[in-house]
Amino acid sequence: MYQFDWSSIPGALPYLAQGMLLTLQITCTAVAVGVVFGTLIALARLSPNALLSNLAALYVNGFRSVPLVMVLLWFYILVPGLIQALFHHPPLDIRLLSAFIAFSLFEASYYAEIIRAGIQSVSHGQVSAGLALGMSRRETMRLIILPQAFRRMVPLLLTQAIILFQDTSLVYVIGLAEFFGVAYRTGNRDGTLVELLLFAGAVYFVICFTASTIVRQLQKRICV
Amino acid sequence: MALVAAGLDFSVFLRPAFDGSGNYLHFLVVGLQWTVFLSVAAWLIAFTVGSVIGVCRTLPGRVLPSFGACYVEVFRNVPLLVQLFIWYFVIPDLVPGFGPWFKERLNPLLQQFLAALLCLGFFTAARVAEQVRSGINSLPSGQRAAGLALGFNLAQTYWLVLLPVAYRVIVPTLTSEFLNVIKNSAVASTIGLVELSRQSQQLTDFTAHSYESYIAVTLLYALINLIVMLGARSLERSLRLSGYVGGRK
Repeated sequence: MYQFDWSSIPGALPYLAQGMLLTLQITCTAVAVGVVFGTLIALARLSPNALLSNLAALYVNGFRSVPLVMVLLWFYILVPGLIQALFHHPPLDIRLLSAFIAFSLFEASYYAEIIRAGIQSVSHGQVSAGLALGMSRRETMRLIILPQAFRRMVPLLLTQAIILFQDTSLVYVIGLAEFFGVAYRTGNRDGTLVELLLFAGAVYFVICFTASTIVRQLQKRICV
Repeated sequence: MALVAAGLDFSVFLRPAFDGSGNYLHFLVVGLQWTVFLSVAAWLIAFTVGSVIGVCRTLPGRVLPSFGACYVEVFRNVPLLVQLFIWYFVIPDLVPGFGPWFKERLNPLLQQFLAALLCLGFFTAARVAEQVRSGINSLPSGQRAAGLALGFNLAQTYWLVLLPVAYRVIVPTLTSEFLNVIKNSAVASTIGLVELSRQSQQLTDFTAHSYESYIAVTLLYALINLIVMLGARSLERSLRLSGYVGGRK
């Protein structure tokens, strides 16, 4: 029978906490940028301008048809070249920057689809009412459609944020010290990989399970 | 960007490979084969296990539905990468008798494949279970009652009445789950399985042409996606039900 050895976890807790901080930073940045940029893309996709809506569709379908691992690797090699071309100097820690950019742009494509569905779920009469009241198209969208759409979308946006929180573990492929990366390296160093992996899994489970339970409660309360 | 685009040289794929296995195009083919094989095999597990769990969650009684709920919560709330590492590094050590067989009798490639297969299969099963459950719950409750009233037992009611309709209702969401399996299979590159995304890294290492390798692999993923979507569309058309959204009039 396997003998567990949990002794390396207490000492590693400060590093694991730092890793969790980075995980949360990536998650929050990607959610914030993703929602804002995703809203713009969703609006572009719904726009009557054919060029704009096709470009937005290309963006969304492009990102959604490629694995996140590939997107991370792409930005890992693209961003340095881009920065060098733009600013003519080698950046310091490009891995961090590439991870932030990759997650933000990747999540924007998923948020765009959620937001588009949210906007389309608002009944068309609301648009007509806004226009009939003398509002411009832009005002109707901003003051009438989007507030209702976002209220409906909140649970979905939060669920996507939980998925994103789990997906941040993939920055392992570019070697960043986020929560999972720290846990893996600690386990590898001390020969306690089994314990550290189980511990990491348990931490993710507790956080995500709690968060999704809260989201479910919220969904019941703000049901329109 | 323009400089990069001008410097692309795709003839690198036709150069003879360092290990004498043909040219580097062969690398892409091998990666593609593993990705497709892994995705299809994992999908078979996911579909079978997911259907069983999903049905469990809709059964009367207490034990089976809560077992189904526990399964779904565990597999949905732990990241895929962590699950993969647990299948690959932890399970062989923890399950008595399995470790020695896994580590000594299987070659590394089979070890990686087996771990990735089980991981993807059981991970996706949790998602399929949710779709199956919502499909069954979307049917009017009269369907179940009618089946039982006709003298079918519970198993027959599910097999002959509920599931045939439920599956046809959830074909679109199952399609997107299958697309997710293909994308998620890229995670297997982290334990060294030579599937498509791993080959992009290997090609970069061996040919030093990272842009060409990444572009080729990305396009291949997009191509698989397109093929599956076209296939799914014709499947959806042939399985459509009248009276449901997008169904026949």
